[in-house]
Amino acid sequence: MKGYYGKYGGQFVPELLMPALEELDREYEKMRSDKKFIDELDYLLRDFGGRPTPLYHAPNLSQKYGIKIYLKREDLVHGGAHKLNNALGQALLAKHMGKKRIVAETGAGQHGTATAMAAARLGMEATVYMGAKDVERQKMNVYRMELMGTEVIPVESGSKTLKDAINEAMRDWVTNVKDTHYLIGSVVGPHPYPMIVRDFQSVIGKETRQQILEKEGDLPDSIVACAGGGSNAMGIFYPFLEDDVDLFAVEAGGKELKEGPTVAYHSASLCEGKEGVLHGAHTKVLQNKDGQILESTSISAGLDYAGVGPELAYLVNIGRLKPRYITDELAVNAFNELSRKEGIIPALESSHAVGYVIENAKSGELGDTVIINLSGRGDKDLESLIKRRDENENC
Amino acid sequence: MKIADKFEELDNKNEAALITYICAGDPDIESTKDIVYALEKGGADIIELGLPFSDPVADGPIIQAASVRAIQNGMNTDSYFRLLEDIETDIPLVCMTYYNLVYARGIKDFVSDCAKSGVSGIIIPDLPVDEAGDLIRESQKKGIANIFMVTPNTPAYRIEKVSQNTTGFIYVVPRMGVTGNKSELGNSLKKQLDGIKSDKPKAVGFGISTKEQVEEAVNDGADGVIVGSALVNIIASGDNVLEKIESLTRDLKRGCLKKGIN
Repeated sequence: MKGYYGKYGGQFVPELLMPALEELDREYEKMRSDKKFIDELDYLLRDFGGRPTPLYHAPNLSQKYGIKIYLKREDLVHGGAHKLNNALGQALLAKHMGKKRIVAETGAGQHGTATAMAAARLGMEATVYMGAKDVERQKMNVYRMELMGTEVIPVESGSKTLKDAINEAMRDWVTNVKDTHYLIGSVVGPHPYPMIVRDFQSVIGKETRQQILEKEGDLPDSIVACAGGGSNAMGIFYPFLEDDVDLFAVEAGGKELKEGPTVAYHSASLCEGKEGVLHGAHTKVLQNKDGQILESTSISAGLDYAGVGPELAYLVNIGRLKPRYITDELAVNAFNELSRKEGIIPALESSHAVGYVIENAKSGELGDTVIINLSGRGDKDLESLIKRRDENENC
Repeated sequence: MKIADKFEELDNKNEAALITYICAGDPDIESTKDIVYALEKGGADIIELGLPFSDPVADGPIIQAASVRAIQNGMNTDSYFRLLEDIETDIPLVCMTYYNLVYARGIKDFVSDCAKSGVSGIIIPDLPVDEAGDLIRESQKKGIANIFMVTPNTPAYRIEKVSQNTTGFIYVVPRMGVTGNKSELGNSLKKQLDGIKSDKPKAVGFGISTKEQVEEAVNDGADGVIVGSALVNIIASGDNVLEKIESLTRDLKRGCLKKGIN
């Protein structure tokens, strides 16, 4: 069935949005094979976005942990994260569809920043919804978005994080759907979004595949990526799905893998979620027994989400993808370790992937050669980490 | 009572249906019962009882706040069905909720609990007719109506699909956006209603809060009107709630009397 990955996916949205989703699906099918569109996007990704990004052999980490560790350097994409790949693609698509305005949600502010950059470059108006809690912990990204002419609206409802920002962006879209495109930042939401975002992000995996073959003459044993909604994970995994390469999606383990009546103390939907429908898709969701969505928890705003992309849920179910988690504490350790050992400050999101590799390198599970998708850089996290350090010192 | 029978009864009296929405458990479970009786006394023909969801994407701030209040005060799916069983009324009750709550209970069990507790129809704003196959099958078995929406941008082929699958009434949304009482109805409603080729009753909801708007919608050809946020606002104020609910309902119902005969 169209828009489904096994039993996951679908289009669970208000009737108001159905014509917009049908239009988006139609236009995307036209554009994805349109040479002019492809060339224009390639050009923007290269000269505006800084692609291709390097596949970097991390010598010091490799030596310390005893396996060959490569980093796919998405932290070097313009704006500091992989998010631009999708934002440019969708903004260009929206422009071709005659939309004048873009709305987006953002968690860590990386997708909001990427949206702001794409909108400024393409001359479109942009509004970004961001949970009030995230506005607080990612101030610099708020300022960056505003600098580029994007309106940032703090969302005070619910858990005041990514989930609530998506709710609010959807409400805006429902109201202004005629001239507005909803630029979803991850492989979540109703069809065709999970497919479109995956396709635009799979530039990561395509480059990686070519680069590792050039460097090693062989495919890696495993690829590790962090997963909140799952866009950087799907982006790097997708071109390797048919290969003999183990794929690991590392979720935010937060404080611990436990749940209260309204709160999950983690954001590990693939590991712990139950079947449900959230934000337009059937997927794995952190919820209570009635189906009320739990507030998720993570030190990393970009992974702090109660759902996950439906295709990832499907890949886990068929056994192609291994879901794992890393706690806040181990993510911060990895953040420090990569900074010190390699001179690269990773985003807290990507630190979960790094953390999984350094914790498990010696177990043999990852094989001899592993690629980590280093989805973003950590500058945005410094302020909240300094705060965390000071709080710990005061304890 | 079946929704279709209610519309027939009203049609014979040359009246449009007044459909009122409140969020179950707002401000608490006990008060909901009294509010339902106040609505009935005021002349409501059908009552939609919202089962509150943590992430109501189709709702504006008023109903969002009501959902938060209700959940915080203990409303959940079990207490919802218990409450419904307790309510003694002859007018049709409609369950309005979001799909994940239905899914989590199991579609079959949810529908069967609806039937047991006297629910006549189900509205799920985030379940378009395309994804509703299972729900429709289960509802048919239990004789429960499925109410789907038509919006200003719904193309003709989708209107047909909605019309074929709707039982009870077609929920006509006259403007783009979420629930809430702002905007005038504008002069496009008549055109929108005329464009919905269906033998099912059409009820207009989203943005209706006054008797004047009700009259306008009825004049434009609506078989019913749905009022929610205006009532929820009264509940939120906490001031003379039952009296005010009854009196607003009575006033709105006057707008449902079709001119010429009454």
